[in-house]
Amino acid sequence: MILEELDDYLVQLEDFRETVLSTMVMVNEIPAPTFKERNRAEFLVDRFSELEMLNASIDEKDNVLGIIPGKVGDRDILIVAHLDSLFNETVDHTVTLEPSMAIGPGVGDNSLGAAVLGTLPFIMERIGLELDANLVLLGSSRSLGRGDLEGLRFVLDNYKRPFTAAVCLEGIRLGRLSFSSIGMLRGELTYRIPEEYDWTKFNSVGAIVDMNDMINRILEIPLPRKPKTTIVMGQMEAGTSYNTLPTKAKLRFEIRSESEEIVSELATRINFLAEEMTSKTGAKVEFKEIARRRPGGTDFSHPLNTISREILKRLDIKPRITPSSSEVAALIEKGIPAITIGLTNGENAGEPEESVLIKPISKGLAQLMALLKAIDMGCANES
Amino acid sequence: MNLNKWIEDNTYHHSAFADLKELVEQKEKSGLTISLCIPTLNEERTIGKEVVIFKSELMNRYPLVDEIAIIDSGSKDRTLEVASSFGADTYLSEEILPEEGSKRGKGENLWKAIYQLKGDIIVYIDADIKNIHPRFVYGLIGPLIKRPEVSYVKAFYDRPLAFSDSIRPSGGGRVTEILTRPLFSLFFPELTAIIQPLSGEYAVRRNVLEKISFPVGYGVETSHLLDVYQTHGMKAFAQTDLDQRVHRNQETRALGKMSFGILQTFLNRLYSYGTIQSDYEIQTVLRQFQVQNEKYETVEYNIPEYERPPMITIPAYRKLRGLPPLKDKK
Repeated sequence: MILEELDDYLVQLEDFRETVLSTMVMVNEIPAPTFKERNRAEFLVDRFSELEMLNASIDEKDNVLGIIPGKVGDRDILIVAHLDSLFNETVDHTVTLEPSMAIGPGVGDNSLGAAVLGTLPFIMERIGLELDANLVLLGSSRSLGRGDLEGLRFVLDNYKRPFTAAVCLEGIRLGRLSFSSIGMLRGELTYRIPEEYDWTKFNSVGAIVDMNDMINRILEIPLPRKPKTTIVMGQMEAGTSYNTLPTKAKLRFEIRSESEEIVSELATRINFLAEEMTSKTGAKVEFKEIARRRPGGTDFSHPLNTISREILKRLDIKPRITPSSSEVAALIEKGIPAITIGLTNGENAGEPEESVLIKPISKGLAQLMALLKAIDMGCANES
Repeated sequence: MNLNKWIEDNTYHHSAFADLKELVEQKEKSGLTISLCIPTLNEERTIGKEVVIFKSELMNRYPLVDEIAIIDSGSKDRTLEVASSFGADTYLSEEILPEEGSKRGKGENLWKAIYQLKGDIIVYIDADIKNIHPRFVYGLIGPLIKRPEVSYVKAFYDRPLAFSDSIRPSGGGRVTEILTRPLFSLFFPELTAIIQPLSGEYAVRRNVLEKISFPVGYGVETSHLLDVYQTHGMKAFAQTDLDQRVHRNQETRALGKMSFGILQTFLNRLYSYGTIQSDYEIQTVLRQFQVQNEKYETVEYNIPEYERPPMITIPAYRKLRGLPPLKDKK
């Protein structure tokens, strides 16, 4: 029944692609690095108020929330899109629209997701989609990096009613389905040479070389093939010029594993390496845990995941099942059946020239409408 | 006239008109129709965004604007393809009123828009705005919908991102402050209250637009202000702060050409109003200099400020609007 309606949705939703695009441009041009999402939240709360949603408001963590009341209203379904972006305010956030794509820093991650959230009430009203359950729309703050999903966690801890299920919106990539979370730990290693350091000491090579040594030591740690485990060296900062020995360095990394124990074990070993380097070099090497996720999620055969795959297949999109460490992880921790979907395809994710394709957005919207309807009809409940 | 009082009564911030639902209701009550004209020449990088935002926000979500038209001067890039792919009506300037011939210049597009577009109010928005937002349109339309006595609403851009003192200079760009405002101060002091007389964004009632002539080049904004002021006085004007406008900055030499065109228009107006009298025929060649192999040489630009007559005098327009033909002057 739901799958049959997809063809109609596809035709109807063609008309709303530009509404979503225009909202996406306006969202994207409001810079919103993590912890500075307030202006974006205000833009969305204005949208929610204009559309006469219930309880349109911004909370103390700068989350924006609004409710589309259901016909029955006995259950609450959560739709969430994170508002923060990877780019700071100094980056030119201007979007360029070409006939086939939109280009600009953060358009896919996650201005498109936030734009769909902001236009969803308008679209549902125009196509006459009414649900029995209440639909709670959340633009979440403090999601990325050091934010560590703080906004969403705050809502989950303080919202007065349980959520039946949740859908997380990400701009790219269409076909993506994430319903499980891997074990994850984000860590930061800082290396600081104290002011009183004796540079005449043999082997004084500076922060970069020592940090390089540290990276090699981390990479030498044997990782099991099962459960699957990796360490990603994501970001490094060090040095000021060609010929000055750097006194500070910072390394950001992520440990990912299907096993929570292995994540903890690796963190302990890296901490030990940091202490060892402190004693060997006289520099101060510190390990700091920034974020942690426990592995978990629903099964492949969970009805929510099954219908999500069927919807994609009906739309001729190959499902790509990937575990996630983003919003879905916080939902899983609370025992809420949740899934992350992508809304279109794109390129250069995380780069200033990030782009999203315009045409597939209607498929992304059709996927979302069908999924909402399926959840409303009870498919998130395991029998 | 007390200029400070005029500014206080006639200067708005776009946020005063941000309640689009209310604005649409008032528009519908008044029975006004509104057309948006974007004159273009090689604007493929910015035109798509302008069309999408205006169309979806001001036509689909809130039916404030009745039509959006691109009037193009013959772009060599994909301006028209991009604009039409997002659903704008696109026109080549030279194909509108072909019997009147074709001139090059933005003013030509603005003039032809009066014939081509249907609205009682025409809003002109430049195509090179990087930070486009619906406020650029509703901020200009607002005063016209709410105040029937206002006929011409001009944009200005203010609110610097940071300013440490409580008093700050407020004004236009380089040409405004070096040329236009001094000229207005000399001859039309009341017009100095218009904060950015050269801004390319304004909304005007058709019954005013159709009666003024249009220089096709740089002088079009200046001539509008002078002619509307001559006929209606300051009561016809209002202005709206649209916050920041991000656009390409022009080189000083290009501003020299612009100033030359504006100055021609201004002087011609002074003669035609009888403000100053002279038989001197104004020159149309601007001379600038460049150095090549340590030799100074003149570069000459012929910048004639050709003017289109008031649209209401054009036979095809009169026919289109159901007006009786003008009697031939004998």
